[in-house]
Amino acid sequence: MIDLEVLEYIKPKNLEEAYNLFIQDKKNYIIAGGAWLKLSTKKANKLISLDEFNLNEIKTTKDSIEIGALATLREVETNKGVLGLCDGILSIAVSKIMGINVRNIATIGGSVMGKFAFSDIIPVLEVLDTTLVFFKHGEVTLDEFLSNSKFGKDLLLKIKIKKETGKGFFKKVAITPLDFSIINLACTNTEAGIRLSIGSTPYIGAKATNTMKYLNEAKEINDDILEHSQRIMLEEIKFSTNLRGSKEYREELAQVYLKRAVKQVIK
Amino acid sequence: MKINLIVNNQKKVFHCEPGDFLLDTLRHYNYLSVRRGCDTTNCGVCTVLFDGKPVPSCSLLTAKTEGHHITTVEGIQDEAEKIANYMGDEGADQCGYCNPSLALTVFAMKQELTNPTKEDIKEYLVGNLCRCTGYISQERAVMKYLGDKS
Repeated sequence: MIDLEVLEYIKPKNLEEAYNLFIQDKKNYIIAGGAWLKLSTKKANKLISLDEFNLNEIKTTKDSIEIGALATLREVETNKGVLGLCDGILSIAVSKIMGINVRNIATIGGSVMGKFAFSDIIPVLEVLDTTLVFFKHGEVTLDEFLSNSKFGKDLLLKIKIKKETGKGFFKKVAITPLDFSIINLACTNTEAGIRLSIGSTPYIGAKATNTMKYLNEAKEINDDILEHSQRIMLEEIKFSTNLRGSKEYREELAQVYLKRAVKQVIK
Repeated sequence: MKINLIVNNQKKVFHCEPGDFLLDTLRHYNYLSVRRGCDTTNCGVCTVLFDGKPVPSCSLLTAKTEGHHITTVEGIQDEAEKIANYMGDEGADQCGYCNPSLALTVFAMKQELTNPTKEDIKEYLVGNLCRCTGYISQERAVMKYLGDKS
């Protein structure tokens, strides 16, 4: 039995109160689904619930899909609007995370705010046009969020994904469905061009910016172009070794799936 | 702290600590069909239904269940019996430790999916790792149960 010491579980009356409680003490945490709580936290002075604020809604507007931070992964996976985004790559990526029972409690907000290096969600959000809406900082781009720690003590309210027509590809390589990725790769081709992100390298998902630029500037994408893009990708993405896979293995996988991804999204 | 919730369609009041997980609270209140496996969200043996959806009770804080419906296998006895019979017929029952969680997940699947394929069934059961009989005989039993319209 794994013990978790929590002194208080609080349901604030409003978001302002929740925010103030959150920033008061670094041992105060926002509780989302709680799926990782047991494995990531030993002691919390206060667990702050946002369950009363309807943050689990998924809305489709004219231009975007707005996913409440407390929408469960299963709700995201099965939402029609989300299924319609670039061949449903976000749904596909989410469906590869653990089992349905875990996806019924884990939330998208918890997955994003955790900035987990093994995240299958971050690379997909990177290849979609994604912004995050915070209680205090307002709307920020995903890139801004990932490169800055100041948002860690804000409340994530929703994730906005611009509706784009285009193709998508997602691949997670893992030993079993319950394992974390050895590597994952997401790619889209929309009116904005080809976007590519690689995660669990074992670092957090990162856009392959130079590779994207090279592919988008190519007059025609053929095998030579793809082989050269693999080399650019290896130069700009940092791969390393951990218990799940070696640097060399990850590099091999990334090259193979880069080629397959681009071929699929330009069809 | 005091939690008001509904367990197997009966109103209940549980007293627990803020950091208690539902698995421990349910077992404390003698819902002993809810079993502890890995205790880390992986094996699925502690699965219960939370508002009709399968969840790992080892990782759901009891505090989050205020006002919600929890179903253990005691709450679906007739359906559980049907599932158990199909499991028996297919030789899909061995130590039995995982049976309550598997029955709940299969029951939830029947409510949620319409005409699932073999692949859908496999995907739905990914979170139920604890299955010592092996997976094939259970798959046959689940297919037969899902086809049972009685």
